Amino acid sequence: MTTISQTSKDLDMEMSSDRARVLKSLAFSDQLFSFATRAAAYAVLLLLAGIILSLIAGAWPAMKAFGFEFLVTRRWAPQLEPMPVLGALAPIYGTLVSSFIAMLIAVPFGLGIAIFLTELCPHSIRRPIRLAIELLAGIPSIIYGMWGFFVLGPFLATYVEPGIVWACADIPVLNSIFSGEMVSNLSLFNASLILAIMILPFITAIAVDVFSTVPPVLKEAAYGVGCTTWEVVNNVVLPFTRVGVVGGVMLALGRALGETMAVTFIIGNSFKISGSIFAPGTTISAAIASEFAESEGLHQSALILLGLLLFVLTFIVLASARFMLMRLEKRAGA
Amino acid sequence: MASYSARRRNSSIVMGLCLAATGIGIAWLFLILFSLLVNGIPGLTFAVFTEMTPPPGEHGGGLLNAIFGSVLMTVIGVGIGAPIGILAGTYLAEYGRHSKITPVIRFINDILLSAPSIIIGLFVYGAVVVPMRSFSAVAGSIALAVIVIPVVVRTTEDMLLLVPNTLREAASALGLPRSFVIRRVAYRAARAGLITGVLLAVARVGGETAPLLFTVLSNQFWSVNLVKPMANLPVTINNFINNPDANWKQLAWTGALLITVAVLSLNITARFFGASKDGR
Repeated sequence: MTTISQTSKDLDMEMSSDRARVLKSLAFSDQLFSFATRAAAYAVLLLLAGIILSLIAGAWPAMKAFGFEFLVTRRWAPQLEPMPVLGALAPIYGTLVSSFIAMLIAVPFGLGIAIFLTELCPHSIRRPIRLAIELLAGIPSIIYGMWGFFVLGPFLATYVEPGIVWACADIPVLNSIFSGEMVSNLSLFNASLILAIMILPFITAIAVDVFSTVPPVLKEAAYGVGCTTWEVVNNVVLPFTRVGVVGGVMLALGRALGETMAVTFIIGNSFKISGSIFAPGTTISAAIASEFAESEGLHQSALILLGLLLFVLTFIVLASARFMLMRLEKRAGA
Repeated sequence: MASYSARRRNSSIVMGLCLAATGIGIAWLFLILFSLLVNGIPGLTFAVFTEMTPPPGEHGGGLLNAIFGSVLMTVIGVGIGAPIGILAGTYLAEYGRHSKITPVIRFINDILLSAPSIIIGLFVYGAVVVPMRSFSAVAGSIALAVIVIPVVVRTTEDMLLLVPNTLREAASALGLPRSFVIRRVAYRAARAGLITGVLLAVARVGGETAPLLFTVLSNQFWSVNLVKPMANLPVTINNFINNPDANWKQLAWTGALLITVAVLSLNITARFFGASKDGR
């Protein structure tokens, strides 16, 4: 550099102006890029704010018209004159019950698969099995709906549910939960079973991840004092990963609460609260999916209010799930 | 304490149950694929890819307009969502790595990632369909973009955080501006991961139905007008499957088979891409 500037002043002048120009354009594109990333990151926040605001704006007429009554009214009569009667109790009940049953089925299965994958499975087939389970999560929701409607629902209603009804017929509480009056292809239980299959891969994936955070030395120590595989899982792995497992389960619950298409196909879309889980019902998302396109006015606003309720519900569930998983991450990182 | 043989037996029983759970889990996948193949393949003719969706009660017809609409909206949705997602992920992993807002954005993003897709549909209905006074392909694409963004943000951030800092330091030591360090070094090192993220996002929105139900609707003919309703596979399946018309039902099954095959192969490709990079 210095030799050049000493030998040729012209060249030096030219170079430094070139240099300044290049640096200037670099600085500009540098700032532009930095600004673009920042803007995109804040866009994520705006997205959430936008979703909440647009739901509140859409739900406002229904909130004003029904108030708190909305949450405790069982009746859903959008065509009633002069003013429709709309209550969210039936869809809320359906959402909670179907997700609860789904969790009851999916959690043991999902954890069982995760234990198999981490403790028992030979290394060579671990990947294919994991892939097969994860592909379950890739199948679109509407395909689950079709399959449940045409294959699983008829099978359950013909071969499984009558048996359960018969077996529970003389047991006091169970005979109303498993009442045989309305066994059909479309029911709360069928929807729950489909939901369970759909959330199974989420539970398994997270459980496998958190199980792998257990330090091998802990497991080896337990095996070393003579524990069986189950004792190691039950006394070392599960206690160590409890927070993470609960977080994963909550995450799956968040999915189950908002699942739409599969449930819409097989739950029957009936706004009734029936004690029997073999009776048709509805969920918040199924109600929106099946009625929104043909709704208007107060009916539409009430559906948006249902959506807002669902969003608040899933937000709380997902937020607590993330907090639990974050706690585990912190511990793993420390 | 129970005898050793009793403990061994307990352990075997539980592990046997775990094995059974795995078997049942995999069986579901194959049961679903099996019924899709059995019901879908009989309708899989050449006409499916060359003809429009038929009116009810007519023979023949295909799914050309629906396939085209789905591909177009997915491309636009990912085209809008992926760049925003990559930029936001870049901020979280690079510029904002130590900023206070980053954990908040990450948290919100994780919530959006698992938010019910029907809520996204409601949001786009209120934010796009109502002001435009028309259901439209644009609205559908925007809904898909909203679903794409959190997926891509998450994978981009994860992949960029895996890039060793020494690479960035080496590039900075050569005098490269920050954005060049990111674009020429970090992006290149994380390329396979970034592509995986985008492919997974495509797979995620490829079969999405709920947010399209009341943003795009659907129609029965060839349309490239982005501000009008446009035919698309998921909504077409949804409308055809519940119809007594046998021809429609057959087309719905065939469409379902096509969507599932496409989405699952994308999933497998994405995983293969991601795995070949870290040599696992």
